[in-house]
Amino acid sequence: MELLTNQILAGIATGAIYACMALAVVMIYQAIDHLNFAQGEMAMFSTFISWQLMQWGVPYWGAFLLTLIFSFAGGILIERLLFKPLAKAPILTNVAGFIALYAIINSCAGLIWDFTIKQYPTPFGSAPFLGSQLISTHQAGMIGVTVLLLIALYAFFRFTRMGLAMRAAASVPESARLVGINTSWMIALGWGMAAAIGSIAGMLIAPVVFLEPNMMGGVLLYGFAAAVLGGLTSPFGAVIGGFLVGIFENLAGTYIPGVGNELKLPIALALIVTVLVVKPAGLFGRPIIKRV
Amino acid sequence: MHSGRKLLIAAVATGAVAFASAGSALAQKKYDTGATDTEIKIGNIMPYSGPASAYGVIGKTEAAYFNKINAEGGINGRKINFITYDDGYSPPKAVEQARKLVESDEVLVVFNPLGTPSNSAIQKYLNSKKVPQLFVATGATKWNEPKDFPWTMGWQPSYQSEARIYAKYLMKEKPNAKIAVLYQNDDFGKDYLKGLKDGLGAKSSMITAEESYETSEPTIDNHIVKLRASGADVFLSITTPKFAAQAIKKLAEIEWKPLHIVSNVSSSIGGVIKPAGFENSQGILSAAYGKDGADPQWDNDPGMKKFLDFLAKYYPEGNKLDGSVVFGYGVAQTMVKVLEMCGDNLTRENVMKQAASLKNFAPDTILPGITINTSATDFAPIKQLKMERLNGEKWELFGDIISSELSN
Amino acid sequence: MSAVQEAVPAAPAIEAVPKRAMTLGTGTSLIVLVVLITMPLFVKNFIIFQMTMLLVYGLAVLALNILTGGSGQFSLGQSAFYAVGAYTSAILMEHAGVNYALTLPVAGLICFAFGFLFGQPALRLSGVYLALATFALATAMPQLLKLGYFEHWTGGVQGLVVTKPDAPFGLPMSQDMWLYYFTLVITIAIYIFSVNLLKSRSGRAFMAIRDNEIAASAMGIDVALYKTLAFGVSAGITGVAGGLGAIAVQFVAPDGYTITLAISLFLGMVVGGVGWLPGSIVGSAFIIFVPNIAEGISKGLSGAVFGVILFLVIFLVPHGARQVALVAQHLIDRFKKRQEN
Repeated sequence: MELLTNQILAGIATGAIYACMALAVVMIYQAIDHLNFAQGEMAMFSTFISWQLMQWGVPYWGAFLLTLIFSFAGGILIERLLFKPLAKAPILTNVAGFIALYAIINSCAGLIWDFTIKQYPTPFGSAPFLGSQLISTHQAGMIGVTVLLLIALYAFFRFTRMGLAMRAAASVPESARLVGINTSWMIALGWGMAAAIGSIAGMLIAPVVFLEPNMMGGVLLYGFAAAVLGGLTSPFGAVIGGFLVGIFENLAGTYIPGVGNELKLPIALALIVTVLVVKPAGLFGRPIIKRV
Repeated sequence: MHSGRKLLIAAVATGAVAFASAGSALAQKKYDTGATDTEIKIGNIMPYSGPASAYGVIGKTEAAYFNKINAEGGINGRKINFITYDDGYSPPKAVEQARKLVESDEVLVVFNPLGTPSNSAIQKYLNSKKVPQLFVATGATKWNEPKDFPWTMGWQPSYQSEARIYAKYLMKEKPNAKIAVLYQNDDFGKDYLKGLKDGLGAKSSMITAEESYETSEPTIDNHIVKLRASGADVFLSITTPKFAAQAIKKLAEIEWKPLHIVSNVSSSIGGVIKPAGFENSQGILSAAYGKDGADPQWDNDPGMKKFLDFLAKYYPEGNKLDGSVVFGYGVAQTMVKVLEMCGDNLTRENVMKQAASLKNFAPDTILPGITINTSATDFAPIKQLKMERLNGEKWELFGDIISSELSN
Repeated sequence: MSAVQEAVPAAPAIEAVPKRAMTLGTGTSLIVLVVLITMPLFVKNFIIFQMTMLLVYGLAVLALNILTGGSGQFSLGQSAFYAVGAYTSAILMEHAGVNYALTLPVAGLICFAFGFLFGQPALRLSGVYLALATFALATAMPQLLKLGYFEHWTGGVQGLVVTKPDAPFGLPMSQDMWLYYFTLVITIAIYIFSVNLLKSRSGRAFMAIRDNEIAASAMGIDVALYKTLAFGVSAGITGVAGGLGAIAVQFVAPDGYTITLAISLFLGMVVGGVGWLPGSIVGSAFIIFVPNIAEGISKGLSGAVFGVILFLVIFLVPHGARQVALVAQHLIDRFKKRQEN
């Protein structure tokens, strides 16, 4: 029994990482209806920027804030320069663009900061949380920030005009334009917000996994999986999805005999696919009705 | 008498020419493709992109080292033309690059290709083409088979031999230990684990828990939790740098203090110990064959000084704390030594012959007392390791130099 | 988020390729054919090897074109089928001593079954969800191949070395040249088959499903059957490509069949022109040679250079090589008209 609770707790701790990333994924999906492969790399790059600022003497929260602003602006810039011209191109071409962006950011980060791992500080400390041997204060802090972000996002989309405008622009662009919403800038705004959320995710994840250019590769896949599981239209679902993926993966690794450990990821993904077959819009997503 | 004198001069001249050409026939230069009077082409394949791109820095170090040799006059007057290609750690790409090096660039040798999968992919090809596959950058045990693969030679101590050393140590110092093993699920991790089990032999039941992880996992924290639950008091970390650091950190976080052994590939102070935290790493054991660039005990060591001078002059972006940089320097130096030993006989066959004739050669960055030795039946250049313990901010070597001879 | 999605004003996810433009004209086809047949006589063995890989990846991209461009199903998992085909050939050749040529139909059939089976649960998924499912398949495959359980056959992480066949009947050509012509014949056969498939009733069914699944089903097309059929055919062709690749490279290992391969094939499809079968070879050339070019330009930034080149390509020709061919066609037509006047 103790092993079970331990694994669940450990799964929640890892799941917090996935939940963070999943929020950024959902954010971009809400804005542009696609998944951006380069999301993870953008988050990694932002985290490196904040690290560099700290190397130059800027205190943690100053670097944090500056990085947020930089990421937001950077996200908008990337969208305006690279993806607005592709707006009329087929979706698959856009996906190819995301892949190209991934390659560029990853390569540049490797050149600028090389591949040795770097320690990244946490504002929450690393002591055991509440005496628990399994969750450190940092991981508890990470869960806390994720929940805060979730509430903020929910409030933004539900209660602000801007949030409403963005949702309208993404789901019914023609009608949105008719009521005067500048759909093009809504997309740019979505990119900026997704980049900012991604940077927060990166800065929270780096203390656990150590900062290096390839740090987000695995995380992004889990983030996608969690977001899809929870429902791409629901930030709340994304967070729950993250925790579920973390817990399930751990349990699969511990309790499925023989291959459980080596096939943790495929089993987790298989579970998600099964859920999707039963509930195609994810656990908390709203089903899409298509008119012919 | 004119014609007579002319005849004499002609005779002398002919004799002189004959004598000279007979002389040069005695000191004849012999070349295979890739070597000329002025140039030696060395080929290399490294993962500059992809999941193993952290090791690309080895290729960059080697390029810089060969630049240094060229600036100092080259090898017996010949400049090195170092041609290196990226394989992204993908075996099909490695095959393509190897063929390019041999058939298109026409190199003399393929030097220090990295990665067991890539090397496995090109081994048969290079041996069938009789091109030396020298000093491969992997510790897999299979590069020491001169009978079946006479053109392939390793360099670093094999993973299995290192693991056996730990097994021996544990059986002596902690015969009742319960060992928990975390290993990377690839050729590196599996080879190591095999060495450990073989080394423990009948006592392999000392291993109470084994956890494998994939490099795609963001963190191995949950594996540590599981291993701790097994009640082990020894933890063997068969991990690459990032995951080794994560393990050290997690162990400290959950306040688990077993005897912690870390594999040599992750023993770099700058690459692993410092980021993980010195306070978390006290008492960790490992084994080493090279000097650590972050260790102040080598500050006045002549070999290390040469290495640091080289970095300052030829590779300033190189990070001396990065174990890969130290590695690249040492293996490049070995290559240069072999080519020097070839003299003017630069056939591939002779290169292999000289590589198999290294006696007590010590590159600048190898620990004092450890030397490179090869022979026609022994294609494992470095076979010795010394165990070390982390104390304060540096590794303290202890014990004797242990030879890791594998009895195949 | 609104529960209702407008279907009419949104552009279809995957564009239709007009039937007329689906293949190259006869003249161009002949020229390409002549080049492909005669080139090995003039170049070194290494170039022949690269051209063999060009054809192999071209086949894999072609398969993806049928699946995505033809039936509208998005797949990031082709590397899994490629791996199964490669390992099937390798295991049959090395463990069972089967002749290399015979391993290919077996690889194709096994992958067809595998694809068909995978298509079943994939029926209920579309768009980004199908992408995730296929992505999951691609990530699972290397780990399955490494599994200790299968190690006896697959060689585990160490992989298997494959023996390259000699030219039969003592023909006076190198192994590389023989393998190239062998691959070429198979490629041409599969290409002709695919073109005919897309022009046939089944092909029209695929395309109806791609353009509007609900309407297709309302018109009486057995959507489930054709969707899984598309997966099966695509997987089968990819499997044959995998088998050929294994023989050409002479080695199979889990690290050679990662998600990176699936993404490369996807990029090849986009660059060649989605749904345009002749573009497959252009896409294949892109994914083989552009990384080499990028590496030549800058070793440290090879990924960035590749990304920049990719961006340039998709900015200039968002519809891939098909767009280039269309432009060329236009110019030729205008030239001809001017000649007539």
